[in-house]
Amino acid sequence: MAKMTMVQALNMALRQEMEKDDRVVVLGEDVGVDGGVFRITDGLIDQFGDKRSLDTPLAESAIVGMSIGMAIYGLRPVCEIQFSGFSYHNFHQIENHASRYRWRSQGRYHVPMVLRAPYSGGVRALEHHSESREIYYAHMPGIKMVIPSGPRNARSLLISAIRDPDPVIFFESKALYRAFREEVPEDEETLPIGKSQIVRQGSDLTMISYGAMMRPTLEAASELEKNDGVQAEVIDLLTISPLDDETFVRSVKKTGRAIVVHEAPRSFGPGAEIAARLVEKAFFYLEAPIARVTGFDIIIPLFSREKSYIPSVQRILREAKKILNTG
Amino acid sequence: MPRKKINIPCKMEFLSVLDEKGKLDKNLEPDIPEDLLLKLYRAMLLGRRFDERMLSLQRQGRIGTFAPTSGQEASQVGSVAALRSSDWMVPSFREAAAQIWRGAPMENIILYFGGYNEGGRIEDTSKDLPISVPVASQILHAVGLGWAVNYRKTDEVVMVFFGDGATSEGDFHEGMNFAGVYQTPVIFLCQNNQWAISIPLSRQTHSETLAQKALGYGIPGIQVDGNDILAVYAAAKEAVERARSGGGPTMIECVTYRVTMHTTADDPKRYRTEDEVEGWKKKDPLVRFEKYLMDKKVATKDKFQAIETEVKEEIQAAVDRAEEQMKKLDDPLQMFEHAYAELPSSLKEQRAELAEELKGMHKEK
Repeated sequence: MAKMTMVQALNMALRQEMEKDDRVVVLGEDVGVDGGVFRITDGLIDQFGDKRSLDTPLAESAIVGMSIGMAIYGLRPVCEIQFSGFSYHNFHQIENHASRYRWRSQGRYHVPMVLRAPYSGGVRALEHHSESREIYYAHMPGIKMVIPSGPRNARSLLISAIRDPDPVIFFESKALYRAFREEVPEDEETLPIGKSQIVRQGSDLTMISYGAMMRPTLEAASELEKNDGVQAEVIDLLTISPLDDETFVRSVKKTGRAIVVHEAPRSFGPGAEIAARLVEKAFFYLEAPIARVTGFDIIIPLFSREKSYIPSVQRILREAKKILNTG
Repeated sequence: MPRKKINIPCKMEFLSVLDEKGKLDKNLEPDIPEDLLLKLYRAMLLGRRFDERMLSLQRQGRIGTFAPTSGQEASQVGSVAALRSSDWMVPSFREAAAQIWRGAPMENIILYFGGYNEGGRIEDTSKDLPISVPVASQILHAVGLGWAVNYRKTDEVVMVFFGDGATSEGDFHEGMNFAGVYQTPVIFLCQNNQWAISIPLSRQTHSETLAQKALGYGIPGIQVDGNDILAVYAAAKEAVERARSGGGPTMIECVTYRVTMHTTADDPKRYRTEDEVEGWKKKDPLVRFEKYLMDKKVATKDKFQAIETEVKEEIQAAVDRAEEQMKKLDDPLQMFEHAYAELPSSLKEQRAELAEELKGMHKEK
């Protein structure tokens, strides 16, 4: 076991899968010689050569479109879109093709590719470098949308994503890349896609989050215990789509209260879907309205004000207390 | 010396072997065995008659909207004829004649345009991709296949079809650029049929030819008479051989004409003259090829008649099979097939919801 940042853990996942399986090819802008702008693919070119750590020309649509062709051929491409804010150039390739070849060819072809892209704010970046737009991909039939929350699950989920027979969009929070270290076992470890995890047990309130927002959510849960004696159950979604509603529905049936935390804008965001599922499947267990702590429905401001945009521990606590005091 | 000439390899040719009057350039005539010549003719005629039958099926309401191929048979058949069955073919949405040559069952095409997903099924033995509707987007998949061919060091080649309108799309330029950089074995087959729905070529590009766009990406390009199957075949064969031997990609512009509508939902009278259409009909690829085959004594009028009868029977049998299948494909739950390798639980719930409704158990509120 070594203590690793998420950057190192993702690098380890790629390296180990590339060692095991020569179908795995990493491609994207600056992923080869430079090792990626966040260094996720650092050193892969030295170990596997420039064919398997492939520097591409600057064209997102072609990176994804080419990955689709490679996947149909039988390879396992893992492409990097440098920032998810640039993934709109390739959006139609995901919506029109990656998601559909299995269906269109009635099972003859499928597209086992992974699209990795950094998302989220919190690193004082430029415009287009701080958005959280996971919902665009979560809404697409035929696609799986995965967001890890720390080094260890990032490594396990990336391996699962590479082995998945369907296309996976894998968002990595820039704010988490080097935020903290975790023990990551050298031996292989995977996590099922489409399955969330209970990361803190509790019986008074269910807190549902994922990605970079897991840390403030967990911190708020500790504060609630420390200051108010409230036992919050915290769920890390890990996969946004297909959404595992079993785990949070079971939890809310127990706690009667739910709060969803995400950085993405509120309207039509993941919280809306989660709230709808809770109303459909746990309505008679709810003792208070479902709370949403989210980014606002505006473009995320430039970095001097981004802290006020991103859900904070204080904002989560305020909303949590509101629903704890209801009913 | 502030200004000097840069020497760029800038060869740009137009190839015509058999002109619209059926006059042959003996020096350029490709060496094609007689049985292949007849096979090419038969495939072109089958493409034409199939197209006509599809149009009548559509007008009778027996199938939905489709994109006719009439007039483009030489471009399609001449190019895919240069491929092996182990090669890849990536169509857009107007390549029925090429798909049939490659072995796609006609009943599948009828089923697909009849609104049944099952028609999109690609045979296990086939290496064709299914049709792709968003213009130019499929070009990149061909480049990915080509990259994988190089990676696996096989001798497969990839041929991708698109039209004149596609050359305005970013994906065309990105695909050509990537293919040039990685030297992938891809043949970019542009069927320049002069019209992208109502937009004529002159409004699509200011460049003299479409083929010359290849030069900007360091790729050889050639323009051919797309209604001349001998020219198309010769150019395709050359490009395929180059790709197979490691020489990288080629762009071929087939100058042809869409003699009917963009799709069956389109009325070309709104944007082009009958005179123009009549002018192009005189350049029909089938007429000049018939003359060539007769001049060469490969076929007689009787032979053509026999092929005509055969082709029509084959099409009728396919229509019968398709309509027979349509009667059996009445299960709406099929729509949940092939969404994912394994249906996620939320989709199992939605499938069950529809199943319940279909059983008539869904209580009206």
